[in-house]
Amino acid sequence: MSQMYFTEDHEWLSVEGETAIVGITDYAQQQLGDVVFVELPDEGKDLVQGGEAAVVESVKAASEVYAPVSGTVTAVNADLEGTPALVNEDAMGAGWFFAVSLTDPKELDNLMDQDAYDAFVAGLE
Amino acid sequence: MTADPALKTTPLDALHRELGARMVPFAGYAMPVQYPAGIIAEHTACRTACALFDVSHMGQAYLHGDDAAAVLESLTPGSLRELKPGRQRYTVLTNEAGGILDDLMVVNCDGHKLFLVVNAGCKDADFAHIAAAAGDRARLEVLPDRALLALQGPKAAAVMAHFAPAAASMVFMDAGPLTVGGIPCFVTRSGYSGEDGYEISVAADQAENLARHFLEMPDCTPAGLGARDSLRLEAGLPLYGNDIDTTTSPVEASLAFAIGKRRRTEGGFPGADRILAELQGGVSRLRVGLKPDGRAPARAHTEIQDTTGRTIGEVTSGGFGPTVEGPVAMGYVEPAFSEPGTPVVLMVRGKPLDAHVVALPFVEQRYYRG
Repeated sequence: MSQMYFTEDHEWLSVEGETAIVGITDYAQQQLGDVVFVELPDEGKDLVQGGEAAVVESVKAASEVYAPVSGTVTAVNADLEGTPALVNEDAMGAGWFFAVSLTDPKELDNLMDQDAYDAFVAGLE
Repeated sequence: MTADPALKTTPLDALHRELGARMVPFAGYAMPVQYPAGIIAEHTACRTACALFDVSHMGQAYLHGDDAAAVLESLTPGSLRELKPGRQRYTVLTNEAGGILDDLMVVNCDGHKLFLVVNAGCKDADFAHIAAAAGDRARLEVLPDRALLALQGPKAAAVMAHFAPAAASMVFMDAGPLTVGGIPCFVTRSGYSGEDGYEISVAADQAENLARHFLEMPDCTPAGLGARDSLRLEAGLPLYGNDIDTTTSPVEASLAFAIGKRRRTEGGFPGADRILAELQGGVSRLRVGLKPDGRAPARAHTEIQDTTGRTIGEVTSGGFGPTVEGPVAMGYVEPAFSEPGTPVVLMVRGKPLDAHVVALPFVEQRYYRG
């Protein structure tokens, strides 16, 4: 059973054991508008929590995606290369960005759960 | 979404919010960057049917007087005295260094006054500059109580004809007063999308009424500044502040078409020394189209290198072209690299991306010339 976590930068993590799948939230994709390109990290790259991990480009602008946890990239979503619009169509599912093996699961303690994230987003509107 | 009191609003502000627009600050105004359909859908609507844009933030003015064209010629390299009544022309205000203070559209209304449309971010400075040059030879009348709508796309003519049948006989760059759906307007057949279409100047208190007329037509979609930018970029049209500014000359900017034939021999405009010398002897950089080979967009200020890694210029506008279905950009390169087909390298986030110089526009302009 996976556990969902969220960041104030509007990323989601689906954590199962020592592995987290990372994407951007539905709120984030709505704010970005049409996604036209996603630059993903290379498999095997070591990410540091809060460091640059990916770039998502909409028609208007490029936005950084920061690593929500430290860890090594174990997989990336190759479908985004040909179909970046998956991020708009299914941000929480088929539009996932990459998977990482966690260096320090304690970092998850700094993140929000679904209820806390929903309240955070409600406060932005 | 609540309004930011520090921002000015256009007469269509309430309509934008009713339509669900995302409002952003632009040149001191709250403007719609997109509606719920999104930039790609709005862009596509303009290329395939008809899109309605609010461009009321732009500056509108009359320059009254029989000497109005002569006055404006003292500030621009355009041949404006030759402009016939009922016709519009694109020109640029130049500075003494030959740079561009703004680009603008000029209509000869009736031989006794000009109608001017200038960029929002430059309008106060432009109008002060023009009024100072006019002195007592011409009188500038700024029109803050007029809205400006742009109706653009291959079906714009049919939408417009529904409300103003006479608009159908106008050709590209024709201009004149026209009653549209019972509302008195001043209409030009021009725009900033590369498509056929009209720009419609209307009294502020009639603007929403007019916009609702257009939007009742099934082929007409509201479109925001996001689509306006991707459309003009594909059409190869420069954006003031990005692609042209006080340091770029009209020759460097590939806008030499706006330098009138008579003006090339007569001169008599600010920066004529530099501009006429560049027409004869060439320039050190030229505005060109750039097509990244891959999928990653290259944004403004991306460094352009030759294939050996030497810096040869900079991207000034770049993004995703929905009609091209890929990244598009424009920027300045050394003239030796300006031929279409020349391979170049764009440094995006520290990584070299292969690209080629291409002829502008990316998407063929489809103006109605009769």
